[in-house]
Amino acid sequence: MCLGIPGEVIELHPEQPDLAKVSVSGVKRLINIGLLADDPPKPGEWVLIHVGFALSKIDEAEAAAAMAFLEGIGQAYEDEIAALRESLIE
Amino acid sequence: MRFVDEFRDADKAHALAAKIAALCEPGRQYKLMEVCGGHTHTIYKHGLEDYLPESITLVHGPGCPVCVIPMGRVDDAMHLASRPDVIMTSFGDMMRVPGSHGSFFDAKANGTDIRMVYSPLDSLKIARQNPDRRVVFMAIGFETTAPSTAMTMLRASAEGLQNFSVFCNHVTIIPAIKAILDSPDLRLDGFIGPGHVSTVIGCRPYEFIARDYGKPVVVAGFEPLDILQSIYMLMLQLSQGRSEVENQYSRVVPWDGNLVPLKAIGETMELRPYFEWRGLGFISHSALKVREKYAAMDAELLFEVPGVRVADPKACQCGEVLKGVLKPWECKVFGTACTPETPIGTCMVSPEGACAAYYNYGRMHRSRVPEAVRAGQP
Repeated sequence: MCLGIPGEVIELHPEQPDLAKVSVSGVKRLINIGLLADDPPKPGEWVLIHVGFALSKIDEAEAAAAMAFLEGIGQAYEDEIAALRESLIE
Repeated sequence: MRFVDEFRDADKAHALAAKIAALCEPGRQYKLMEVCGGHTHTIYKHGLEDYLPESITLVHGPGCPVCVIPMGRVDDAMHLASRPDVIMTSFGDMMRVPGSHGSFFDAKANGTDIRMVYSPLDSLKIARQNPDRRVVFMAIGFETTAPSTAMTMLRASAEGLQNFSVFCNHVTIIPAIKAILDSPDLRLDGFIGPGHVSTVIGCRPYEFIARDYGKPVVVAGFEPLDILQSIYMLMLQLSQGRSEVENQYSRVVPWDGNLVPLKAIGETMELRPYFEWRGLGFISHSALKVREKYAAMDAELLFEVPGVRVADPKACQCGEVLKGVLKPWECKVFGTACTPETPIGTCMVSPEGACAAYYNYGRMHRSRVPEAVRAGQP
């Protein structure tokens, strides 16, 4: 649960401004971007996601490095992605 | 099995190892604490201790959310979960943490309605879908997770949801660091500061460590090179007699943190007078509870919670491990009675726990890189 996962913002939710659809390793899910209200991410930008909330904006190079790190740690990352897949945020 | 040369830029790692070794004063021992369990994981995954001379010891800190949950709180949560009107919701990491009578997973197997969620917002959805049940979110974690709970509470409040509540076990990292600094057991020379917590709280809260205790702090990223670079920065400060807070992870961590999550926490939660940490005992002002304004979402008020203090199992030495007094493999039950499949202590439960990291990557024996071996030699 303590892992920050990088995701690319695909689109902002048309009705709920604090939600955005992101892609994490191809898994597309809604997350909450309310914590970045001072400087909301735009489609194409990358965020670090923590238990369904974007915690900070990151650049693409940082996202790639974070992803390489996560893929390297194996089971914990797979569990996190599996949990994200099951996520019901709306 | 060696992982040492697996990571990218191994040349840079060797260069950093040489620079770190060159800064070691002959005859001096250095103890550096990595506060965050994510860092512990990277250190063992990549065998980073092999890049350090014998005189530098890395001490694993308390920054692992499930590791510091005392058994009594697990029992309290289990008591809540056993109510027929309650649906307990929990992060996956928490599911295997043993209470006195088993874990959430054990209770779930016996028919208790405990559901694993990825986010507190998932608990909210379960609450919407089950208006006749009372959905409790088992809130754990440091300042990285507390904002998510806070934002979820604000959302529930805005929606007027009546059947969602939080069993709040959020803790704050600074009092735990202070408790460790004040502990007579341990003399530390510097801190590798947590990365993601600092995206929220920023770097300023660590200034007392540098100012009042004269110890350097370097907030670090999670990649192997980030950690080696941070150790180099700490060693450079020590060699120059400086103690400052530096930010190695400035590409993600803003110096002043992020006010939005801090405000959300402040709106919905307040400091408890004291809270028990596994292994560290009671620490004053070290945890959060739900603010009175949101009492309708405070599971501790809505339900009767026994609140009994339960001593850790005798065989378990997580407390010593969390304080860095013992290395995981020095614990009597490490790898025998206590394994990731059948954990006795919390440090074996989470992938961020020091015991699980040691167990998974088997690093009882060190084999140093040549740059580290040559430390202190002319």
